[in-house]
Amino acid sequence: MGVIEDYGSTLLLLAILFGFFMAWGVGANDVANAMGTSVGSKAITIKQAILIAMVFEFAGAYLAGGEVTSTIRKGIIDPELLATSPELLVYGMMASLLAAGTWLMIASIYGWPVSTTHSIVGAIVGFASVGISVDAVKWGAVGEIVSSWVVSPVLAGTMAFIISLSIRRFIFGAPDAFVAAKRYLPIYLFFVGYMISMVTLTKGLKHIGLEISFAESLIYSASVAFIIMILGFIGLSRIKRVTRSDQLDLVNVERIFAVMMVFTACSMAFAHGSNDVANAIGPLAAVNGIISSGGEIGAKSATPSWILLLGGVGIVAGLALYGYRVMQTIGTHITELTPSSGFAAELAAATTVVVASGASLPISTTHTLVGAVLGVGMARGIAALNLRVVGTIFVSWLVTLPAGAGLSIMFFYLFKAIFGTG
Amino acid sequence: MGTNIIILAYNAADIFSEILMAISPLFNQLFSRSPIAPMQAHMKVACQAATEIQGYMDAVMAGDWDLAGKLGAGINKLEGDADELKRKIRLTLPRSLFMPVSRTDLLELLHAQDRIPNLAKHIVGLTSGRQMVIPEALVPAMRELVQWSVKPSAIALEALNELDELITTGFSGKEVDLISAMITRLGEVEHEADIKESEITRLLYSVEKTLDPVDVMFLYRVIEWVGDLADKSQTVGNRMLYLIAR
Repeated sequence: MGVIEDYGSTLLLLAILFGFFMAWGVGANDVANAMGTSVGSKAITIKQAILIAMVFEFAGAYLAGGEVTSTIRKGIIDPELLATSPELLVYGMMASLLAAGTWLMIASIYGWPVSTTHSIVGAIVGFASVGISVDAVKWGAVGEIVSSWVVSPVLAGTMAFIISLSIRRFIFGAPDAFVAAKRYLPIYLFFVGYMISMVTLTKGLKHIGLEISFAESLIYSASVAFIIMILGFIGLSRIKRVTRSDQLDLVNVERIFAVMMVFTACSMAFAHGSNDVANAIGPLAAVNGIISSGGEIGAKSATPSWILLLGGVGIVAGLALYGYRVMQTIGTHITELTPSSGFAAELAAATTVVVASGASLPISTTHTLVGAVLGVGMARGIAALNLRVVGTIFVSWLVTLPAGAGLSIMFFYLFKAIFGTG
Repeated sequence: MGTNIIILAYNAADIFSEILMAISPLFNQLFSRSPIAPMQAHMKVACQAATEIQGYMDAVMAGDWDLAGKLGAGINKLEGDADELKRKIRLTLPRSLFMPVSRTDLLELLHAQDRIPNLAKHIVGLTSGRQMVIPEALVPAMRELVQWSVKPSAIALEALNELDELITTGFSGKEVDLISAMITRLGEVEHEADIKESEITRLLYSVEKTLDPVDVMFLYRVIEWVGDLADKSQTVGNRMLYLIAR
């Protein structure tokens, strides 16, 4: 127990630093991916995207980020095996943060599209299986997480496909697409609003101390969704036709979709915050849990609010200071995405990610969004997509898991050598 | 000491973010440039080459070879531009591209489009090369034929310009109807050009005995080629239908 008592505050400080940098990286890089579709389709400006992201990333991290955080924190490793040497878990979690951060940097230099989620999961599995013992890893849980990485893009793609088809049927197929868009689009908002508030209420709010029954959640969610829908109606009622032509007035319809994309961008940011902030603060929460309880593992405590807060602030800082430049790059490149296809893709991706967050599954927001975009493409909604990206994603998986694992094993032994055991 | 640490941390963060910034995000790779706009650009050039034939033939019929030479050179240049655009499109259509239309159909459409400026160039080459004189009796009918033969290319261009909307609406029935209506109209105009072609052919037959046999032979050919301009544009329209219907 000596190490924890002697170096406890130093270790915690280091973990906070690593965690904050990781959150910074998520903010600077990942958020840009999540919001890039909105910017790319010219629905919102970069400044607006950053403002939206700040508010909703933070809300997502704080309100709905607890479940995934606890998975990263204690869902991958079996803490029982470490009861006698808690410092190993502290080293491991710190090593994982450092490894994932390092790997993201290396990957960024070479321009590989790696996922923060995959890096951190690979890192945790790595240090636990090699540094501690193969049995320390809950392989069943890891299998579940890995399969969710396959399921989530497929699910988002299917959903985007269905949404695209329904938009075609109800809006572009209507006698007056402009009127139909105004009438039907807020209903899509109702579903998204309902789903997000349902996940938040049933899964997210425990750590704030709010205990809400399932029936109450149903009612509250419906009310929130209804308010969002009304907001949508109000937002759309202000849109007037700018041109009148005998042909389909697509210019006007796309302007409506552009307004809708402000809403989907909000939900995308919320979803991203709820899932990806855990990558940075999950390990930090684990370290904090051990140190604050004086070396006791498995003390049953929820992730403290200040850690979620720290993660939220880190993401916002990364985004505000550097994310806009990444977003600029993406925004100017995705010119082929129209507001209506961007709407379908973001709606599907946000829904999938939030559901995953509710199910405590850490998934890759970026890859989910790619799946959703491909779904829109399947519905013939995008002029040209490069399918090689799918291959790139597969390769990035194959490389990221062992790389994250290898680096974290290295750092684990390094910390062990510096601070010692016992 | 405290501020030093903050500055150090800030610098570290700065470097970290600079590196993150240098990434080429996944989405840059995912969204390929749409081939639709280049296809439209190619068709615009093709249509222009066809339209220019009208002014060119007017100059030929007026016997103004200076003007005809100038206009003909312009048409030849347009043909070259179209070839270059075609080459670029072919190079930027890798098999890994995932499009709402079949790649083969798109390339077939491009091929059909490219035959319009080629034909225009041939017309210029033949008439200029032989300094052809259109007999006085044929001039009004020739004007009519030229006028009707270049029209379909403009309609084809108009239809092709609807392709973006078609993709935006995800091939909604209304947009498909709109385009197929345009292509039907194109067919009607082409039919009209066909009638003009047979009229002038009959006219030429009635006076051919009075003309030089070799000249007559090539006059028939020019008439055929001018009429073909409408034909080729209709082929473009039909190829577009393949693209739409799946």
